[in-house]
Amino acid sequence: MITRRSLLEATGTGAILVGAGHALSRFANLAEAQAAALNLPSQLPDGARREAVLDALPGKKPLIKLSYRPPNYETPVELLRTAITPNEAFFVRYHLADIPEVKAETWRLSVGGEGADGEISLSLDELKQLPAVEVAAVCQCSGNRRGLFEPHVPGVEWGYGAMGCARWKGARLKDVLDRVGLKKEALEIVYSGTDKGVVDKTPDFVKSLPVWKATDNTTLVAYEMNGKPLPHWNGFPARIVVPGWTATYWMKHVSKISVVTKPYEGFWMKSAYRIPVGKFPVVARFASQETAVNTPITEMVVNSLLTSHINGATVKAGGKVTVSGIAWDAGYGINAVDISTDGGNSWIAATLGEDLGRFAFRSFSHGVTMSLKGNYQIMARATNKIGQSQASALIANPAGYHHNVIQTLHLVSV
Amino acid sequence: MRSIIIAGLSATFCGVFAMAAAAGEKPIQLKKAPGADKVEANCTACHTLDYIPMNSTFLNAAGWDAELTKMINVFGAPINPADAKIIGDYLKANYGQ
Repeated sequence: MITRRSLLEATGTGAILVGAGHALSRFANLAEAQAAALNLPSQLPDGARREAVLDALPGKKPLIKLSYRPPNYETPVELLRTAITPNEAFFVRYHLADIPEVKAETWRLSVGGEGADGEISLSLDELKQLPAVEVAAVCQCSGNRRGLFEPHVPGVEWGYGAMGCARWKGARLKDVLDRVGLKKEALEIVYSGTDKGVVDKTPDFVKSLPVWKATDNTTLVAYEMNGKPLPHWNGFPARIVVPGWTATYWMKHVSKISVVTKPYEGFWMKSAYRIPVGKFPVVARFASQETAVNTPITEMVVNSLLTSHINGATVKAGGKVTVSGIAWDAGYGINAVDISTDGGNSWIAATLGEDLGRFAFRSFSHGVTMSLKGNYQIMARATNKIGQSQASALIANPAGYHHNVIQTLHLVSV
Repeated sequence: MRSIIIAGLSATFCGVFAMAAAAGEKPIQLKKAPGADKVEANCTACHTLDYIPMNSTFLNAAGWDAELTKMINVFGAPINPADAKIIGDYLKANYGQ
């Protein structure tokens, strides 16, 4: 149900209603007006379009609320126009609804397990005494753009904004693990956070990484985001940061790390966050968790998003219109972003912006001549440095992961 | 600097308190129809009801059955079989394909 406040907030995020040429009278009902004000993709399930509202969690800007509890809020596209996403605009995603507010003074990180030589408990100050590393990296939900799947698949019906890029600062997970020492049989690093389910029988959100990825120099136990302490909703006081891999591994409020010598068999590894074997062009493997038919999702697929214009926006005919956006991949690095204005028949390279590091959003822009009045379709296609490119058709999978179909932005030249 | 945990892992959870609900949470109005009361009584302890319209209208009867079964068998929702039948019928009739 639309409210005066939420509609005002919606229109305040970028003069969307006016800029997109929409008028309230064009919409059959207020729910559709609200969906248009939020610039929700038309492909989303109709119920998701009706239910989404702008809402501000404490300390956050108004984001697109998909569910209040557990909180699932995505970033509006117009707040993704910069290569670094501000903390207050960063998306929020939880599986389970019991989310304690952790106090820095009493938080501890326990590290041990049967695959470790010893065990320790670190305070936040002790964690900060380890060498600090900062990495600019994209944190993207595995199911970002799930709502665009056709046919639809159940889950949180995300549009484009279950992602962001921040400068994460913390200790290397490798250095934390060195404090306990890994036995040679160590196979996976298992970890969990302080949030949990409301009923005891709900499987706690526990994830694991292969030792090779956990000990990568860029995998962190991060306590800062863009130079500030992590916001509560993004994992205060510390979270695991796994540059290149989807956000399911980026455990918020991390409190326990265990080294194990057998594959971890909890629900969130063995059943959830799995993709069919062989369908996606991913390089990084999680061998100890693979089965004959599926494998844990690992690294992100190459992708891009046009952010400069709202879909359906009106532009002035007779001149050049600069379209821009962001591109990212699993850390191989963006090689090129190409733009097409003829339905994908021909492509021309966009200008890439500043390189903030191989794991970060890479901005791009391109001037498109729109001499005639009418409808224009702008497509963007990113390619990375190992030759991977975005999908031209959806790769179906049961849980709706890895949507990187080339986006088409419709502009109306008047 | 190295310290050994003696007290056990419960120490990890000291000094935290549970938040009952996200601040600013607004009530979700489901379609008024027989069974809506059972949905509200059984589902809202773990999640707000926006999950239901968000996942509509594309699930067929088997799809809603699968979701309900997952909530009970995987996530441990304590829903008795009689209520589960009513909830399933409500979801299919009001938020189904």
